[in-house]
Amino acid sequence: MSTLTNLTIAEARNGLAKGDFSSQELTESHIAAMEAARGLNAFITETPDIAQLRAKASDERRAKGEPAGAMDGIPIAIKDLFCTEGVLTTAASHILDGFVPPYESTVSANLMNAGAVMLGKTNLDEFAMGSANITSYYGNVINPWKGKGGKDLVPGGSSGGSAAAVAARMAMGATGTDTGGSIRQPAAFTGIVGLKPTYGRCSRWGIVAFASSLDQAGPMTRSVRDAAIMLGAMAGHDPKDSTSAPLPVPDFEAALTGNIKGLRVGVPKEYRIDGMATEIEGIWQQGIDWLKDAGAEIVDVSLPHTEYALPTYYIVAPAEASSNLARYDGVRFGLRVPGDSLDDMYRNTRGEGFGDEVQRRILIGAYVLSAGFYDAYYMKAQRVRRLIAEDFKKVFENVDVILTPTAPSAAFAIGEKMDDPVAMYLNDIFTVPASLAGLPGISLPASLNSDGLPLGLQLLGKPFDEETVLRAAGVLETAAAFDGRPA
Amino acid sequence: MSYILAGESGDWEVVIGLEVHAQIISKSKLFSGSATSFGAEPNTHVSLVDAAMPGMLPVINEECIEQSVRTGLGLKAEINLTSVFDRKNYFYADLPQGYQISQLYHPIVGEGTVILDLDDGSTREVGIERLHMEQDAGKSMHDQDPKRSFIDLNRSGTGLMEIVSRPDLRSPEDVGAYLRKLRSILRYLGTCDGNMDEGSMRCDVNVSVRPVGEAELRTRAEVKNVNSVRFAMQAVEIEARRQIDVYDDGGQVVQETRLFDSVKGETRSMRSKEFAHDYRYFPDPDLLPLVISQEYVDAIKASLPELPDDRKQRYMSDLGLSAYDAGVLVAEKETAAYYEEVAGGHDAKLAANWVITNLFAVLKDKGVPISESPISAAHLSQLLDLMADDTISGRIAKDVFEIMAETGKAPAAIVEEKGLTQITDTGAIEAAIDQVIADNPGQVEQFKSGNEKITGWFVGQVMQATGGKANPGAVNKLLRDKLKS
Repeated sequence: MSTLTNLTIAEARNGLAKGDFSSQELTESHIAAMEAARGLNAFITETPDIAQLRAKASDERRAKGEPAGAMDGIPIAIKDLFCTEGVLTTAASHILDGFVPPYESTVSANLMNAGAVMLGKTNLDEFAMGSANITSYYGNVINPWKGKGGKDLVPGGSSGGSAAAVAARMAMGATGTDTGGSIRQPAAFTGIVGLKPTYGRCSRWGIVAFASSLDQAGPMTRSVRDAAIMLGAMAGHDPKDSTSAPLPVPDFEAALTGNIKGLRVGVPKEYRIDGMATEIEGIWQQGIDWLKDAGAEIVDVSLPHTEYALPTYYIVAPAEASSNLARYDGVRFGLRVPGDSLDDMYRNTRGEGFGDEVQRRILIGAYVLSAGFYDAYYMKAQRVRRLIAEDFKKVFENVDVILTPTAPSAAFAIGEKMDDPVAMYLNDIFTVPASLAGLPGISLPASLNSDGLPLGLQLLGKPFDEETVLRAAGVLETAAAFDGRPA
Repeated sequence: MSYILAGESGDWEVVIGLEVHAQIISKSKLFSGSATSFGAEPNTHVSLVDAAMPGMLPVINEECIEQSVRTGLGLKAEINLTSVFDRKNYFYADLPQGYQISQLYHPIVGEGTVILDLDDGSTREVGIERLHMEQDAGKSMHDQDPKRSFIDLNRSGTGLMEIVSRPDLRSPEDVGAYLRKLRSILRYLGTCDGNMDEGSMRCDVNVSVRPVGEAELRTRAEVKNVNSVRFAMQAVEIEARRQIDVYDDGGQVVQETRLFDSVKGETRSMRSKEFAHDYRYFPDPDLLPLVISQEYVDAIKASLPELPDDRKQRYMSDLGLSAYDAGVLVAEKETAAYYEEVAGGHDAKLAANWVITNLFAVLKDKGVPISESPISAAHLSQLLDLMADDTISGRIAKDVFEIMAETGKAPAAIVEEKGLTQITDTGAIEAAIDQVIADNPGQVEQFKSGNEKITGWFVGQVMQATGGKANPGAVNKLLRDKLKS
């Protein structure tokens, strides 16, 4: 049974179709894996009962000969930022104590309608704010990969629980959300595939908001094909989200032709940062060579405003967050810590309910939006954001995809960088620019470093051109033939 | 007609600008599908969006856009084809999102004009600075429990139009005329019911004073909680007087929000400057800029009803009514509709008189609006018919009208029932005249000795004898002939 957990979604789909095994068997083996790996703290809430019911229903549909959905019978995990009807939803925050939504997010509903089986809700950085999954009220997530001497490592963040669950074979795939790199960076840290679609490709309805103009849901899987399958089930126009794009969903899997002859791949010089680790530079060059060997044309490109992306992001995202998180006030749901007056109640509830990182970002956000500072910070950041987007637009007139490393390092140990928020923010240096421009990006595992830890490569694409990104990623995946897996 | 207040040091002029919040008439709220209605059980018209549940997103209600554009066109204002929603951030228990979605930087409607109809029949233009859409908050109820406040979110998220005037108003009368005119326009357009007592139209009054002759504006105070036209007028008077006293005492007026207390007849400070909110406005990232086409605006323009100013002009030029009468008749859409039904096929001025003088007296007496008039427009029109075809005299008509007011019956039925049909048969009138002359030789003598004025007395006697039914014209003529003979 344990071999079932090693299958990709595509393989499991074929096995289910052929009747090699049932969804109930597949699900049971994942439930067992989830229980066995509790030490990683990847899940905040396990929902084995729901999983069993849904697996049974899938098997029954299949037995009746009903057409199978794209994810029919496939056990997956849902990041605990997606509201799930009747199931505790926490955003890994104390402030959402006991919050059980009476509604289902559009993305998770789309997955369930495609037949997916939910195993549980995965851990994350509180309100998706973090790059190491160390800010969760429910504790750190531990990377299934171990450092030297068996040292515990961070899984990256904020979708660290989803990344750990997929890497450790607890789930075949998981939803993530990416605001500045929260899908791609943990995917790189745990040796899996993480795809952030174009802003507007997946509905944000029912996802606890962090930064509305940046948040985007995407799949985390163990293969590029799986990412294509899962994205197809998640995406689509949603009239309930005004920023959702009214576009049809392409057949992403069909884009995986394996042929990238003549594809123009941009390599941005600004991503070659000072003091870049040799292993990162090495894997980047390796990626370039792989693509070249497959017939792609490599083009040196320039994205001149790259260095401003991180400071811009850390104005825009906290500004939106400071406003988005105002609704957690103890009045209608979640935690309430009483006080002598309304203001006292707010202070007590938000003081106890939010962790340090969330409070830090609320303060930064309130500051940059405040009278007298708005023009200097928020307005300026919006202007720089436009320049960053224009950089990409110009480059994409000449190239089809851009290749960069996903993160400046492999996974680091729990405890590192913890007392220096700025050092922590630097984790997102390669992922944030595309987030600001709303572009699709994928991270896939390319190789192991000298410590035996996975390193990721990132491909960025044009708006709503996930197909080309996936096609190029498929070729890289084949070339890399990454077969590392955590112990 | 200028409104000048005397202070210790000299005369003061009052400068007023109004911010009116008008609840948009729409089936559902500005950004959610919940129903908008007044008086429902608390928290029964609340969607997940209105309650600001995690992950919920606003989606603009197209009906509210249309209503706002319609209102902008009614205010002769420029319509901005691109407008942007901003978040106004502040914490309050009845504001679930922790911010109000509004339009600070790029409102949907720009500059426009409202024409005031003043009591003396003259008119004056007041500038409109802008109109923008925004969400209403819920309602806090502090009187339900000794320790806790209760929240009703029915109103939360309802669409409002904030209509901001220029500081062009100079007196309480101006304020009254402006509010009444604005309400009239909104009602004609069908974009807001204008019911101040139900809170569907609310206003904040910005007041400052300056010595007569000074050109610069001085510091203003914003007076809130003014929920009727009368209170708005009172608030101006009271606040202007307070500010003049402050200046006379050598003090300075501070920019602040003040609360109007109609019971105590005062305004008092709500929030001083150091507690002023920093609303941290920024564009709402959940909503795209609102872009509408000129064709869309033109289509709405083509569907606009005749508005009070145009209708007043028509009553004056086509129907020959005075500015005052026309102004009175068009002020309320219902009155104008009533008047037009009565006036159809009749003398327009006569119809106006009946409505303004007689009908208004009945309505005032009974304390009902014209929509609940005991006399329907059709009945009043029939009454004019009966006068026009000489079935009854004007005098009898007044009696019939009174009976109509009491019973609601049709005039023809009343005339029939009471036998009030006018006597035009000369034989019958002559007989009555002969009798009066025979009975009053003394008065006949006076007439003959040159007192022509006594004719009126004779007419009265004849009318009395015929129960008022004799045709007054015929009585006059026959009486003179007979007295002279």
